[in-house]
Amino acid sequence: MSRWQLVWRRFQRNKSAIFGLCVIAVLFIAAFFGQFITQWSYDQIDANAFLKPPSTSHWFGTSQIGQDVFAQTMRGLQKSLIIGFLVGVISTGLAAIVGATAGYFGGAIERANLFVISLLLVLPDFLIIAIVSPRIRGQSWLWLVVLISVFSWMLTAMVVYNLTLSLKQREFVTAARFMGVRPFTVITRHILPNMASFLIIDTTLTVGGAILLESGLSYFGFGVQPPDISLGTLIAAGTGSALTYVWLFAFAGSLLTILVLAVSLVGDGLRDAIDPQSEAKASL
Amino acid sequence: MAGYLVRRLAISLLLVFLATSLAFVLASVTMKPRDNYLARNPPVPESSVDGILDAVNQNDKTPVATRYVTWITGIAHGDFGQTLTGDSINEEMGRRIGVSLRLLLLGSIVGAVFGVLLGVWGALKQYKPSDRIATIFSFVMLATPVFVLATVLKYGAVQFNDVLGFKLIYFTGEITPGLQADFWGTLANRFQHIILPTLAISLGEIALYSRYQRSAMLDVLGSDYLRTAQAKGLTRRQTFYKHGLRTALIPMTVWFAFAFGTLVVGATFTEKIFSWQGMGAWFIDSISAQDINVAAATTLFTAVLILFSTFLADVMRGFLDPRVRGNQ
Repeated sequence: MSRWQLVWRRFQRNKSAIFGLCVIAVLFIAAFFGQFITQWSYDQIDANAFLKPPSTSHWFGTSQIGQDVFAQTMRGLQKSLIIGFLVGVISTGLAAIVGATAGYFGGAIERANLFVISLLLVLPDFLIIAIVSPRIRGQSWLWLVVLISVFSWMLTAMVVYNLTLSLKQREFVTAARFMGVRPFTVITRHILPNMASFLIIDTTLTVGGAILLESGLSYFGFGVQPPDISLGTLIAAGTGSALTYVWLFAFAGSLLTILVLAVSLVGDGLRDAIDPQSEAKASL
Repeated sequence: MAGYLVRRLAISLLLVFLATSLAFVLASVTMKPRDNYLARNPPVPESSVDGILDAVNQNDKTPVATRYVTWITGIAHGDFGQTLTGDSINEEMGRRIGVSLRLLLLGSIVGAVFGVLLGVWGALKQYKPSDRIATIFSFVMLATPVFVLATVLKYGAVQFNDVLGFKLIYFTGEITPGLQADFWGTLANRFQHIILPTLAISLGEIALYSRYQRSAMLDVLGSDYLRTAQAKGLTRRQTFYKHGLRTALIPMTVWFAFAFGTLVVGATFTEKIFSWQGMGAWFIDSISAQDINVAAATTLFTAVLILFSTFLADVMRGFLDPRVRGNQ
């Protein structure tokens, strides 16, 4: 049995992780195919239903101007999911590059990379992105992905750096170097694959953080901008009337919480499956 | 120990300087205070807009470098400049820092104390129903954004007040406006106002702390030296408090700084949602108002707080862990 089959088997035994995985799958399907099972589209307005509570026609009720809350929530969920997963992949990739080059090359590259890491670590990410946000207003939401990624990779890079330092001493890396393999190839073929498990776990954990950061920024209008919708903008729109028209707030709010919870359960499950020693400490 | 702390303090100050400078430069490049005057009707002549913006050092016609020098010289003399409306930032900051610190201080104390207690309790009752409930609570809390939690708490408070028939828990502002009461009455009123915001920022922190405390505690409980201490004749309770808890608290100091950072951002949401006029709320307002000086001043405040908490964590670790003192 290969290592990853073993990991998958251990993962399957973890009930909460499997539960989290199922929840994510359901949310993904709902976010991307939900629009086909409801008659309303997210930008459609039902002039006969303003601020109506959930019903058979409008499952999550309607907003002040007659938008279908279900269609809007699914649309927002879509954006939150995409942003979260993009940031997870980009920031882990960035961390792998910066951390591994710092550890492998040493010297000036090491000092420069470590300086960038420690500087970015002190910058309050939320505040800096908020300050830059007027610039990305009216531009693609992909800029938001870039901004969040820029502030999410540093801690991972530190771990990658430390792992690289110890991997560099190992025989197979020295052997490759003395055989004349180019540094870039050594890093991608020998160093990074040996920390694949850490990188996978970290990607999952970053996704949760990114979704929270994105929705927080969008809540204040610093993140996803209209006409785009994310769960954060929906919650912001619903907060004002949360006490009277609960459905405007409750569905988006609970879906966001459920999504982040499911992602963190999967992340924890992955860690326990890949590194069983951690199981005793952190499992449910 | 002293040398170590002095060096840490120097590095922290340098980092605060860099972080704030970057915040000022970024804000100067991205924000356009001029836009506030462009949409006015009747139109404001360009020369007077220049005059207004020059007076507060926020004119985009002046090069960023020049504005930065003016600003940093002011900061060096303890002057944070003026808001777009020409008010002194120093005065406003004096008022607002108090508001934020009251919230943050109470929030972090409540968060740390209850988080540690919950974590220790969970470790002692590992895998029992009570531990499982605490774990589920932590996972849900860690996944709940502050703005969702705050709104839910508000909703709960309204229901709670309805059941009681009178207003026990308030959720707007720091104190009832125009309150006529003696010292104790005022204190009670303030307390009624601070419960909900404190809960909103500390519940997440309790969850975070309890997870780390629980795993640190489990590490220690399974260690050889604890068994040795018991074999030597100490009771379980004695070994636990004397040798276990103290060791398990050391790794927590690392998370203290980290948790404080999330607390500060959480407080921004909390201040906004519960209408507290603190630094966080001011920051959010400054972005919409395109006020560069205010955005920079509030960022400085946040950077100082976060680095101070990191510094404090180092000091605590130094006191708790003799190895740190020895190595430096």
